[in-house]
Amino acid sequence: MLRRASMLLARRPILAASARPFSTDLPAAPSADATFTEAWTKVIPNMDPPKTPLSFMQPRPPTPSSIPSKLTVNFVLPYASELATKEVDMVIVPATTGQMGVLPGHVATIAELKPGVLSVHEGSEVTKYFVSSGFVFIHANSFADIIAVEAVPLDRLDVNLVQKGLAEFTSKLSSATTDMEKAEAQIGIDVHSALNSALTG
Amino acid sequence: MAMAALTREGRRFAPMISPRPITALRSSPLAPSLEDEGPIGVRYISTQVVRNRMKSVKNIQKITKAMKMVAASKLRAIQTKAENSRGLWQPFTALLGDLPSADVKKNVVVTISSDKGLCGGINSTSVKISKGLHKLNSGPEKETKYVILGEKAKAQLVRDSKKDIELIITELQKNPLNYTQVSVLADEILKNVEYDALRIVFNKFHSVVSFVPTVSTVLSPEIVEREAESGGKLGDLDSYEVEGGETKGEILQNLAEFQFSCVMFNAVLENACSEQGARMSAMDSSSRNAGDMLDRLTLTYNRTRQASITTELIEIISGASALEG
Repeated sequence: MLRRASMLLARRPILAASARPFSTDLPAAPSADATFTEAWTKVIPNMDPPKTPLSFMQPRPPTPSSIPSKLTVNFVLPYASELATKEVDMVIVPATTGQMGVLPGHVATIAELKPGVLSVHEGSEVTKYFVSSGFVFIHANSFADIIAVEAVPLDRLDVNLVQKGLAEFTSKLSSATTDMEKAEAQIGIDVHSALNSALTG
Repeated sequence: MAMAALTREGRRFAPMISPRPITALRSSPLAPSLEDEGPIGVRYISTQVVRNRMKSVKNIQKITKAMKMVAASKLRAIQTKAENSRGLWQPFTALLGDLPSADVKKNVVVTISSDKGLCGGINSTSVKISKGLHKLNSGPEKETKYVILGEKAKAQLVRDSKKDIELIITELQKNPLNYTQVSVLADEILKNVEYDALRIVFNKFHSVVSFVPTVSTVLSPEIVEREAESGGKLGDLDSYEVEGGETKGEILQNLAEFQFSCVMFNAVLENACSEQGARMSAMDSSSRNAGDMLDRLTLTYNRTRQASITTELIEIISGASALEG
């Protein structure tokens, strides 16, 4: 009995953390790849075929005939999902070609991001993040996926540290010898100047 | 009459005593305490031996219980990280779909396993799936190479597929897992290995008792183009406008690399969770087993103890009755 109690005590915190196992990935599309499962069972009949990511994902809605009123945004980082299927009016992303505004009904696009400010406009409120880099996928059904490596809200940036970093990387660039060092210093300068303009502009 | 009763007692024990003198000579040169003979020549193991076993089994039980608690706390720490990283690969699958059955010439199977053992059967499952993928993708002009993460898979795959192994990476969890480390790793793999399709084999963490072997496929940009042109699942990839960069190819190249690092990050975290969960359940069943063994040993110990007391009593009484009668 004491053994059971200790097992329950060990398990309870974990159960509380994932009370609904995987509400984020319910097996919504059982259609996973039928050709793969067939090929597998032919060659290796003794083992169950492994699952593929398709079976863990919620399927996306198809392209509607009329332009929807809201844009559904998924903003993900390696450490967290900042925004998950949030309905907003507009997002402005810092693409490599410049600031790009995304409205519902935007044409399907794949764009790479450069360090800059991402702003999410919902009604009257605007949330701004500084994004280091990443990708944005805009689908035809007014879904936008923004995948960034690092993103921080603007109010968490320190002006002094930004200035210091900029000075540091400029000096590194001037003293750099190899191509690798020059490239690293250049990247540092790009990011810090983007941070600077984000804080001032 | 009391004397007659005692004689009767004496006679009752007599047949039991008689075989003894013959065997007593044989066993006495050996350790006399190890083998005791009870009635009708039954042998009992000594209490000392049983006591030693009980002590070691109890220690094992304590150790496995402690290992289970440690695994539980490590699991708690890493589980939140893994759940947060789940959103990372979904946009890629939404855009590029999932084509594990794509027919490619150069396959690379990335097997993710643990460094430490005592975690149940998850590493063997990963290795079996990797070997299965190798077999599935074998054919003329096709080749499959392995990239191994973790000691356990290395030990199993080095035995029969040594020539197919490209890269072996161990001690992944020396420092807590983070995206920077995994992206450097992904960069290394992409630099050193030629690939048309990367298949990442790992155990997806469903719950503390359930781990599902999963394979995620990342295709190289050329194969993506080929699949997009031939229609099918990736058919509408061409409808996406590609912003920025010099050429579409460059962006797709960056996309494939980014996809690989994101999928690897999620896979490594999920596998770490599965490892801790499997270790928890393995250690739990081990401590339960040790507990059962301890119960059985206790019964044996008591039986042995009581038997030795009984034989002592028999000797005394028969000795006394022999003197009397």
